[in-house]
Amino acid sequence: MKNKKRKAEKIIFNSEKDMPITPMSLGSMAFNLTGSWRNIRPLIDLNNCLQCGICWKFCPDAAIVIENEFPVIDYDYCKGCGLCAEECPAKCITMEEEVK
Amino acid sequence: MMEIRFHGRGGQGTVVASKILADALAKEGNYVQAYPEFGVERRGAPVYAFIRIDNKPIYDKSRIYTPDHVVVVDPTLVEAIDVTVGLKPGGIIIINSDREPEDFRFQEIYRVATINATDIAVKYKLGTLATPIVNTAIVGAVIKILNLCRLESLVEAIREGVPIKPEDNIRAATEAYEKAKTLL
Amino acid sequence: MKKVIMGNHALSYGAMLARVQVISAYPITPQTQVVELLSEMCASKALEAQFIKVESEHSAMAALIGASLAGARTFTATSAHGLTLMHELLHWAAGGRLPIVMGNINRALAPGWNIWADQNDSLSQRDTGWMQFYCANNQEVLDSVIQAYKVAERLYIPAMIILDAFSLSHTYEVVDIPEQSQVDAYLPPFKPAFRLTPDEPHAFGGLTSPDYYFELRYKLQKAMENVPEIIEETGREYEKKFGRYLGAVEAYQVDDADLILVTSGTAGSTAKVAVDKLRKRGLKVGNLRIRLFRPFPFEIVRHYLRRAKKVAVVDRNISYGHHGIFYQETKSALYGFSSVPIFGFIAGLGGRDITPETFEEIIDYTFSHETPEAEIIWIGVKK
Repeated sequence: MKNKKRKAEKIIFNSEKDMPITPMSLGSMAFNLTGSWRNIRPLIDLNNCLQCGICWKFCPDAAIVIENEFPVIDYDYCKGCGLCAEECPAKCITMEEEVK
Repeated sequence: MMEIRFHGRGGQGTVVASKILADALAKEGNYVQAYPEFGVERRGAPVYAFIRIDNKPIYDKSRIYTPDHVVVVDPTLVEAIDVTVGLKPGGIIIINSDREPEDFRFQEIYRVATINATDIAVKYKLGTLATPIVNTAIVGAVIKILNLCRLESLVEAIREGVPIKPEDNIRAATEAYEKAKTLL
Repeated sequence: MKKVIMGNHALSYGAMLARVQVISAYPITPQTQVVELLSEMCASKALEAQFIKVESEHSAMAALIGASLAGARTFTATSAHGLTLMHELLHWAAGGRLPIVMGNINRALAPGWNIWADQNDSLSQRDTGWMQFYCANNQEVLDSVIQAYKVAERLYIPAMIILDAFSLSHTYEVVDIPEQSQVDAYLPPFKPAFRLTPDEPHAFGGLTSPDYYFELRYKLQKAMENVPEIIEETGREYEKKFGRYLGAVEAYQVDDADLILVTSGTAGSTAKVAVDKLRKRGLKVGNLRIRLFRPFPFEIVRHYLRRAKKVAVVDRNISYGHHGIFYQETKSALYGFSSVPIFGFIAGLGGRDITPETFEEIIDYTFSHETPEAEIIWIGVKK
């Protein structure tokens, strides 16, 4: 999916006529790999996971997907906000310092 | 244009009475405008409802100050407040009461009609003994006394608009209609 | 189907017939019945819509901004303090070009806690970029909701349908409720040109530099300028289908009028009673009821007023330290086009009744004075 979309790049408008009517990015945000912003990284201990889906629901960036009934973090987009770890009722998500 | 004011107490269905009357009149192609007293209602406190009736569109959106007729849903209000405020000369005062019209003393410019709607409501078990819901019986009498519309239109309006015990309400309205005498 | 319904329910039926998909609202007197009926419609599946319960009006509008951006047809209703609490998000909705339609019951603002009719709540929102329609009867309320979606979704501007507290909101009138199939033929489903979707992810409402913000606002104003023309077009289409026409204004007996009243809301309906009465006495009086307040229909107002000998504007609102707001707008429409004396009256604040006699007093004053004696002429102040 990602590769089919136009890349998010700086676009210069010379006329208001070319501009969209609402403030929006013209390129696909799929290209905006926000994972590079991350300072702390969530790690899920699947042994204790209850499969409740709360982390998936709460992730503000939709960077958690459910695969084979377990959550998987897409580190291309995860900004490391830590909401998932905060909300996890089983406390099986830990935030660890990102090594760059 | 005819303007009618209803006097009742909060919780008796006075506003619903004006709404049912509006429904029945609209069924016969009349233009109607019904509204409650603007503001807040409290159970037991005196409340008002109003209705305007015309055969052409009603543009006047101001309140009714000088009604042609008044309907008193709760007989105790006759002693408590002046139900004739603003009432036009020749106006009819319809009172829910077991007394005769002659028993009430108003200015001679007014006429009085009574209907024992409470008795009828109790008979058909509408509401409770302590607070019988008299509105459908009252409206049954009002349309006959003021010669406003056919009973069938009211029956239809009650069937469509009264969710609780519609058939008993229709019987109550019919009985009141039959007991009342046309004055207009 | 003809039915006797209250003004608040006319809003609900309008939203139902427009097949709104997301409703989010918070109850407030005198708006409550609007959302009561809509929530019943959602529960009974008479309306296939998502009803989002929220903790405030600010959240109600926020929810609709998200839903509208995702491509849903959205509706809410509020009044007075609810509307003013939404203020920030009204800018968001308009700036984001989201065609949300909202009912607002005109009610006075506290303190002096007051639940009665007064236009200051909605007129305080005049610069937010929302269209504003002031209604005079329940039929107009229902028809306005349906037509507002048509205009809003064409131009991407949100719309406010405004009705007076109690004298419309709680007043029962006969309303012709159109068939769903007819409304469907008039109002197709909402298919926005842009929307929030995972299939084509875009970021909306982000940082916009001085390089581009200016142009976005230019485009909103340009779209606003198209509104009167689109209203005429969609209004005529509605008339063809449903037999009822609604324009930017309602002109009554203005053609030969020496004095034209400028009115709005239910007062604009009551004014017609006074006009009829005074015409019988031989006074050439007319009434121009402004239905579309934003954008202000300058050309139409000019067209009707420039030939009058006198104009009397009646405001149920005030811009403190200035004038009645319809008075300001009318003056600005006529500036440079006509030297007709314009009188500014204020009446009916906080639900003080506006009766045919109120208009007779206003008309008497205007006829008996060359020019107004004061910037504002107050009607009915206890002295």
